Formats: sequence, structure tokens, C-alpha cells
Amino acid sequence: MTNERQITIPGEIIAEGEDYLPGEWTEKIDGKIYALRYGLLEESNKLVKVIPLSGTYNPRRGNVVIGKVESINFNGWVIDIGAPDNAFLSLMEVPRYVNKDALDEVMMIGDMVIAKIWEINKRGIDLSLKSRGLGVIEEGMIIEINPNKVPRVIGKEGSMIKLIKDQTGCNITVGQNGSILIQGDSIEKELSAKKAIMHISDKSYIKGLTEEMENFFKENMAKESIN
Amino acid sequence: MAKEFTRPDGRKVDELREIEAKVGIVPNADGSAMFRSGNTIAIAAVYGPKKMHPQHQQNPAKGVLRCTYNMMSFSVTDRIRPGINRRSTEISKITQWALEPVVLLEDYPGQVIDVFIHIIQADAGTRTAGINAASMALAHAGVPMTDLVSSVAAGKLDKTLVMDLTKEEEDFEEGEGPTDIPISMTKDGKITHFQLDGKINAAQLKDVLDMTKDACAKVYEVQKEALKNSLK
Amino acid sequence: MNKVRTASQLTGDIVRKYLSEGKRLDGRKPEEHRELIIEKNVSTKAEGSVRVRLGKTEVLVGVKMGTSEPYADSPNKGNLMVTAELLPLSSPRFENGPPRFPAIELGRVTDRGLRESGFIDFEKLCIEPGKKVWTVFVDVYSINDDGNLLDAANIGAIAALKLAKIPKYDAENEKILYGELTDQGLPLNDKAPVSVTLHKLGEHFLVDPTREEEDMSETRVTFGIMDGVISSAQKGEAMSIHIDQFKEVFDMAERVAKVLEANLDKALK
Repeated sequence: MTNERQITIPGEIIAEGEDYLPGEWTEKIDGKIYALRYGLLEESNKLVKVIPLSGTYNPRRGNVVIGKVESINFNGWVIDIGAPDNAFLSLMEVPRYVNKDALDEVMMIGDMVIAKIWEINKRGIDLSLKSRGLGVIEEGMIIEINPNKVPRVIGKEGSMIKLIKDQTGCNITVGQNGSILIQGDSIEKELSAKKAIMHISDKSYIKGLTEEMENFFKENMAKESIN
Repeated sequence: MAKEFTRPDGRKVDELREIEAKVGIVPNADGSAMFRSGNTIAIAAVYGPKKMHPQHQQNPAKGVLRCTYNMMSFSVTDRIRPGINRRSTEISKITQWALEPVVLLEDYPGQVIDVFIHIIQADAGTRTAGINAASMALAHAGVPMTDLVSSVAAGKLDKTLVMDLTKEEEDFEEGEGPTDIPISMTKDGKITHFQLDGKINAAQLKDVLDMTKDACAKVYEVQKEALKNSLK
Repeated sequence: MNKVRTASQLTGDIVRKYLSEGKRLDGRKPEEHRELIIEKNVSTKAEGSVRVRLGKTEVLVGVKMGTSEPYADSPNKGNLMVTAELLPLSSPRFENGPPRFPAIELGRVTDRGLRESGFIDFEKLCIEPGKKVWTVFVDVYSINDDGNLLDAANIGAIAALKLAKIPKYDAENEKILYGELTDQGLPLNDKAPVSVTLHKLGEHFLVDPTREEEDMSETRVTFGIMDGVISSAQKGEAMSIHIDQFKEVFDMAERVAKVLEANLDKALK
């Protein structure tokens, strides 16, 4: 119990008193703070919030996402990023000249792409490839986790993702929408990175996740001795 | 004082059947749960929020909660042909009305949250078991809600008020016969669903509400435990 | 995880490359099934019912019995009716509404596997020749789709039939006394018509695909095999299989069927 954070459910009173402030997924009524969502309770400096454990992807401007090309129209590509709305990548947002009669030469239906959300409005979600590390994915393994687990896979200032990269020798790109690209020089290395990421996703709720993963790698890497 | 009413299974009048609840039973779903009350077993799975299809059913002001309730063919002694029927259509709507007041649909205009409920084994109280399972599944799916909803099949047998009727009790013949009163409410007494089938007076109905509030509180504790134990 | 998106071609390339080396991403061999777990009597209202898990794929199958007039061309034989529902509960890919082709195919392929093999002795299901016979209803519901619902449904149907008990029948009033079961099981063969579906990915075949592997499947063949005798088969999806490979497919199906039958028996104990 001490290694686990507390789960809260909708409608539960999670704090009481004037100096507590209602953070994400909470509301304050008559001095009481109620949880509005199933998740992990977190309190720091009197700010109380709920960290979701589940739920569909909520797109935000600036998010890097991995999506699949669904269709091509006259001025761009419609991309499925697992959000309620499909996203659109205009040919103007590709950092190279694109012949508007040959869009499918740049990206075909079914291609996977790493993109950034640069605008969300009533019309939908607009993507851009105009940044380092973005573009069509040529090879690698793509896995899916719940988007709410992404922060734990990345870790504080990228510490967890760095640990996985160092231990498995793979390059890993994490999409905020829960799609993750793993690129290594063998399928075995990619599978070990996948295993590590799924373990983090399963254990995302515990404290001391870094230590847990360090032990995980000690046990698993010794077995497979791929380093 | 009239003699204490004896129920076929020996329960006290305000005693519920054995309850069991669990979440996460359908890995593909965004949220899912099982709720068992005695021999009645319901499972529920939630998908969404997601884009609403068909487009003409979209509500630009807020999200739509779409519930589908159905019984499996082998959940009852007389096989039910697979597919929807009028009863399941009505209960689907009742379930939506029972849950909607606690779901924050304003955050999801143009979207839909699908809730699928199936009864695996039926011994009365199927719609209430379904609502209990659906309520947990919605929370498990991370859908923003102000509270859970808990549901009990309340009723009256002849002149005695009872909680959680079985099928055998629903077929009760003596005196005033059986009255079915399925009720759903939040833990602070906001009633979201109320149905009645039988004969009862206003005074007794008020007592029914009080008895049901206590019964729903017991159901709530089990639902809460299931969600709190979800990671074990 | 709610993704209607199918697995990408990139993942498909990796799966096919690994398969050509005789390996699969979850560590299984191409001819290996996932762990099979069968839970008995999930509904006491059914004459027989099971929950089948093949890895994360889950189906519920129930047997109900009814009486009716026999078909004109088989006046002393009972009937079998198999229905399958691909519930929207089990996958974001399934929608509400009347059964679409995949559910219809699932029901019909399962039916064919059970019927053609002679697994059920229909003559023993006759109550009064020409007038009254038993109808065995087998209803399949998908609960979680992680690939290979076809074989899971068949395993569930066989298991539920093996466990089923015939309800008491009041001949005088021509009424079935549901809830009152006799000790008598259905008239079944000792061996069961197990279903094995082989999927072609690239140039190689595998059995019991996960959802991800099934998305990459180009074509598949389902066999119903009872004690070495193939009594039903169906090839699905649009790619072709060369005649030489098809011959290998028969051998593979026979090998896998033997193992699956043993696992089925073990899981039912």
C-alpha cells in the first residue's frame, strides 16, 4: 500500500478546507474538493488534482503525435491520430516543395507519420511537419499505450525514456497520443524496449517507478544479454 | 406487530443479495465492469468519448450518452432470440437517463460515449445490475463524472416493503401481489431513475425511498471498492 | 485501448520478417496456440455454457434446447442452430445492428464444423418421429476480440455441447421443464471436430493470430477436423494460395488439430 498512490473516484471528497485549491479534474463546492474523474490523487503545495489512469486522447496544441494517413485530398493529407476528430496536414506544412498533383509521392494512404499539432479550432486539428524529428516513418515498430501513461514513459525531464534508450540501444519517439515508435538494429532489441514500455504502462501508478525499472532492466537484460 | 415476513431465501426485508463487482474485464474497452447481485450477472463496457456517427445524431451543444442493454439468449430459462426487442430498447433508454445526470457531457460536443450492457445470467434486478455495472465502467473509462450512480430493485410483497427482489419473489401471488420498484440514485440522494409496477400508496412509497437510499449506500461501497482495487 | 486503426504496414513488415524466421512477436512458434482457459457454467439458466479465453480473446457460448417439428426431409433427426454475435462490447470495430457478414460467417463456419463431422448424433435427438424432435441452439457471443474469434467460437461450441445436459421433458403435456436437468448429456462423439484456422502472412502460415497479426493476414483457411478426418473447410479473404503451399496447409492443420484437441480436453477437466 505504501508503494502505491491513492486511487480516487468521481464524487469523492478528496480535501476539505479553505486553503486547498482545486486542480485538474476536481471541483470545489462549499469548501470541499471533489474528484471528477477516476485516477490517482496528487497534492502539492495545497493544489489538489487527479492524474487520469484511463481515457481517450485529448489533443493539445504543441503535442507531437504519431498518426496514420487515412486519405488524401487536393491540398493535403487526412491523418488519424486517435482523437475524436481526424487531423489534417496541409501541403504547406511540409518542409519541402510538394507538387500538388503528386501528394501521394510524399505520403501514401496507410503511411505512418510523426507530426506536431500546431492549431486546434472548430474546423479540426491542424498538423505540421516543420520541425526537427518530424516526418514520414520509414521503418520501426509502432506500439500503442493509453495516452494517460505517456508522462510516465517519458519520465521527469525525459529521464525514463533515456533509461530505456540506454538499456536497449533503441531510438524511441513517444507520441502524446499513445503511439510510440521504436527503432533498433534488431527485432529483439525493439521487443525488449516494447516490453519495458508495457511494464511502465502497467505499473504507472506506483511510487519509485524509476527504481522498479532499474530492477526490471537488471533482471531482463541479464537474461537476454543483448548489450 | 404483524409477524416478520419470511422471504424464500431467508433474507431480512432490507437485506440485499450477495454482491460482487470487478472492473477491467474487457481489455479492448476504454472502461469495463462486471456487477453480480445474487444470481443476476451484468457486464458493461464503455467506448469513448469519440466522434458521433451517424452525423445527424450529433449534438453540437454537448456529448451524447448512448446506452445499449441486452440479455444473452441463455441468460434465462426460455431462450431469448438474439437481437434487440422492445423491452431491451426501453431499458437502454432508462439506463441512459439513469446515468446522464452525473456525466459531464458539456465537455464533449459532437461526440458520443457508448455504453454496452449485457446480462449473462438473469434472476430479476437485471436493469439495476446493468446500471451498477455501467456506472463503474464509465468511471473506469476516465469519463468525467460528478458521482457514481447506484441502483437497487426495491419493491413490495403483499404489504411488506423489501429490497432486491429475486425472480421467485417477482412471481409472488399472495395478497396484494408483488410491486417492482427499481430505483437509481447518487450517494447524496439525487434520484436519477424511478419505475414502478404494482400497487402501493404514497405513504409507503416514501418509506421505500428511505429504505432504498440505505440499500444504494451498500451498493455504492462495493462499486467504490471495485474501482479502488482495480490495479491489483 | 480504443483504436479502430489497424496495425501499420511497418509492423506488418516486422511480423512477416520474424515469421519467415519461424518466430512471432509474442515468442510463440507459428503452430502454437495461446493459453486456453475454459470456465464452465457461466449461466446456470443455460443447458450448458462456457467462457473461453485464448490469450486475451474471450467468447461466451451457451446451449439451449427446444422442441419443434422435424424438417420434412429428416423426420427422425433433431436440429442444430448456431448463431454468433460480434458484440460492439468486444471491439471498437463492431457496431450495433443486425449481424453483418463477419458474424454470419462465424456462425455458419462454426455450424458447418459441428454438423458435417457427425459430432452430434441427430437421430438420438428424436422424441417422436415425424412429429417432435429436439433442437439444439448454440449461441456465441464475443466478449473481447484479440484475434482468432473463429477458433475460439468453435472451441466454445464444442465445450458447451459437451457440458450440456438435456432438460426434463413432460411428454404428456408436451412441455420442457427448464431448470430441471436430467443427468443425460447430448448424444456426442468421443472425439470433437476442432477448428483450426491457418493464416497466411507473407509466404508463411501461422495459427491463432493476435488482433495485430490477424490485421496482417492476407488469407486464411479454416478446417474442421475430427479424429483425423477433415469434414469442413472454408477459405476466406481474397488472396490466393499456390497449390503446393495448399498441400502443406493440410499437413499443418492436421498437426495443430491433434494438439488443440488434447488442450481442449485438458482445459475441460
